[in-house]
Amino acid sequence: MPEKLAMVVFSGTVDRLMPVGIIASGAVAMGMDVEIFLTFWGLNSFRKEMIPKNMKFSRDYEEMAPMMMELMKSKNVPSWFDTLKKAKEVGNVRVHACAMTYDLMGMKKEDLADIVDDVIAVGEFVDIARDAKFTLFI
Amino acid sequence: MNEQEKVKVIDARGSFCPGPLMELIRAVKESSVGEIIEVWSSDTGSQRDIPKWAEKAGHEFLGVVHEQGYDRIRVKKKR
Repeated sequence: MPEKLAMVVFSGTVDRLMPVGIIASGAVAMGMDVEIFLTFWGLNSFRKEMIPKNMKFSRDYEEMAPMMMELMKSKNVPSWFDTLKKAKEVGNVRVHACAMTYDLMGMKKEDLADIVDDVIAVGEFVDIARDAKFTLFI
Repeated sequence: MNEQEKVKVIDARGSFCPGPLMELIRAVKESSVGEIIEVWSSDTGSQRDIPKWAEKAGHEFLGVVHEQGYDRIRVKKKR
């Protein structure tokens, strides 16, 4: 069994979603499986319509956002979503939607990006994360 | 590095971490055992990540040649 990295993605701002894609890439490169649980703003940002238009940064770093976005654009940095998609092509990355948020926000499977594998409840995710080498809350 | 050997070149210059590593992994997957893949990278992380990855994934790290503004990093597919 390969080692496992679990990530709880709670945030929906670009500055926090970037490391989700990048760390997932590093993990699959090093032969780990990745299990991602999307909840609240994290799940919201995986809605098909949100992906291209999300330019939001965390409040704390808001004033740096235009400069960072400009820098990333001029240097052709792939989006957090494309980075995560690439990680999924290279290795075993499973993306789970939190059933509670899904119900709360009245989502349908077709609202979510294809990268999302299933909708699971917290108990199942905790069980998945139980034997992870480490778990991140982002 | 033996310059006579046939190498597959992946130009990942201008791409940021983990771009060059991910492009290398893809190229290695598509190659056959014994092939040499050379990544061109202008990214600082690649110099450390690529040898580490090669060791983990069971391939041979052949070395780095520093060029003006980028590195040529070679890996031989072993399995």
